[in-house]
Amino acid sequence: MIKDIELETLINDVYEYYGFDFGSYSRASLKRRVERVIQLDGFIHFHEFLSKVRYDPEYYKRVVDEITVNVTEMFRDPAFYAVVRNEILPLLGTKPFIRLWHAGCSTGEEVYSMAIMLKEAGLLHKSLIYATDINATVLESAKKGIFPLRMMKEYSENYRTAGGKEDFSSYYIANYGIAKFNEELAAKMVFSQHNLVSDTSFNEFDLILCRNVLIYFDNNLQKRVINLFDESLAVLGFLALGTKETLKYSIDSNKYKQLDKEKIWRKIK
Amino acid sequence: MEKNKVITNCKVLIIGGSAGSLSVLLQILPQIPKLNDFAIVIVVHRKSTDDQTLEDLLKLKSKIKVKSVEDKVPLIPGFVYIAPSNYHLLFEKNQTLSLDTSEKINYSRPSIDVSFESAAEAYGESVIAILLSGSNSDGTNGLKTIKNFGGIIAVQNPISAEMPFMPNNAILNTNPDFILNKEEMLDFINSINKKQD
Repeated sequence: MIKDIELETLINDVYEYYGFDFGSYSRASLKRRVERVIQLDGFIHFHEFLSKVRYDPEYYKRVVDEITVNVTEMFRDPAFYAVVRNEILPLLGTKPFIRLWHAGCSTGEEVYSMAIMLKEAGLLHKSLIYATDINATVLESAKKGIFPLRMMKEYSENYRTAGGKEDFSSYYIANYGIAKFNEELAAKMVFSQHNLVSDTSFNEFDLILCRNVLIYFDNNLQKRVINLFDESLAVLGFLALGTKETLKYSIDSNKYKQLDKEKIWRKIK
Repeated sequence: MEKNKVITNCKVLIIGGSAGSLSVLLQILPQIPKLNDFAIVIVVHRKSTDDQTLEDLLKLKSKIKVKSVEDKVPLIPGFVYIAPSNYHLLFEKNQTLSLDTSEKINYSRPSIDVSFESAAEAYGESVIAILLSGSNSDGTNGLKTIKNFGGIIAVQNPISAEMPFMPNNAILNTNPDFILNKEEMLDFINSINKKQD
C-alpha cells in the first residue's frame, strides 16, 4: 500500500515532467490503480517506481494506460441501449446528418454497439461517430473492431435484451478465437485521442455518450467536463452518462431535462 | 460475544456478504430502531439484474433510511447505503462514496475486499466490519486491513451461516474481535456507540 503523500508526489511529478494532471482524479480509485501497477510491475519500493516514471517516458505511458480503467462491454447496461434504440434514435433520425461523440470510448465495444443500432434504424449512412479516449493504446485496438470470441455469447444476450432482433453473429466474422466486426460499421467511426482534463470542444454533436468516466473525477473536474459537453451539444441534443452518474451537481438543471428512467438528458436551452 | 468491549467511536459499519447473506440482512436490518451516529454500508455479491431488489425490500421494511448509492454521494450518519452491482464501492476521505468499474476482484464486483480496504484507509479505527455467509474468499483480506488500521472486525459464526466458507476462511486467516450468531447480531449493532449509563 502506498501512502497518501506518495500518491500526491506522483501526481505532482507527472504534472511537472509530462504536463498531465491527475490532480482532480478521485483519490480512492486512483490510489488503487497506482498500487495495482506497482504490484504488476514488481516494484518493492515506491521511490524506484517514481524514478522510473520520471525518467522513462515509455514507462510513463504504460502507467497512464494501466491507471485508466478500460473495462467495457458491448451493449453494457442493455436497458440503457433499449431506451436509446426506442426513444432517442427515432428523434435523431429526423435530422439530415447525425453527429455522435463517444467520450472515453476505451476499446470501442460500446461504439460498435451504437453503430449496430444506427444501422438497424437505417441511420448509419448519415451518421458519424467520433470516438475519443485519453489512452492511445486502447484506441488502436478499438479501430480494429476485433473482440474476443469468447465474449460473444454474453454480448449477443445483451444485444437481444437491448431490443436487437437480428442474428448478432451476422455482424462479425469469427476466426481463431476472435470476432472481427464488419468494416461497414467502422467506416462511420473517427477515432482520436482527446483528454477531457485539458482539451477543448471540437465539434457540435446531437448525442454525446460518456459512460462511467466521470466517476473517476472529483466534482470540480466533473463540472469542467460537463461544461465541455454542454458547449459541444446542439440544443435538443442528448447527453448520456453511466448508470450511477448524474448531472445534478454540475450544471443548471433548467438547461437539461432527464428522460424517465435512464441517465440520459436532453439539452432544452 | 465478548462483554467488556464497548465500541464508542464508530463512524461506519460495513457489512459484507455473499450467498446466504441476504436473508440475514433482511432479518436483522428491519429490527434496528435507529443508528447511533454511524452509517451502515452494505456490500453483497448479487446478480447485476436484481440490483434494486434488496434496496426496495429494505426501504419497505426498515425504519432506518436507505440511500441509493450514486457517484460521490455523501456518507451521512444514520443512513444505510447499498453498493450497486457491477461497481466497486470506495470511500473517499472527504466523507463521500465513489464508484469504480475496474476489473473484478475475487470474481466479484463489488468486491468486499476492495470496499473493506478502502473503508480502512479512509476511516481507520472508526470502522467496524461484519462478514456474513458466503462461498468464496472475498472479505478476508479486507478484514485484515481493517484490523491493521485499528478497526473492529466481526464474523458470522459459520455454524449459523447458510454458506460457511466465507466466514470460516476469515476466522482461519484473521483474528476476529467477535464471532456472532445470527441472533446476536442485532444486539451487537444496537450496542455500537451506545452511551453507557
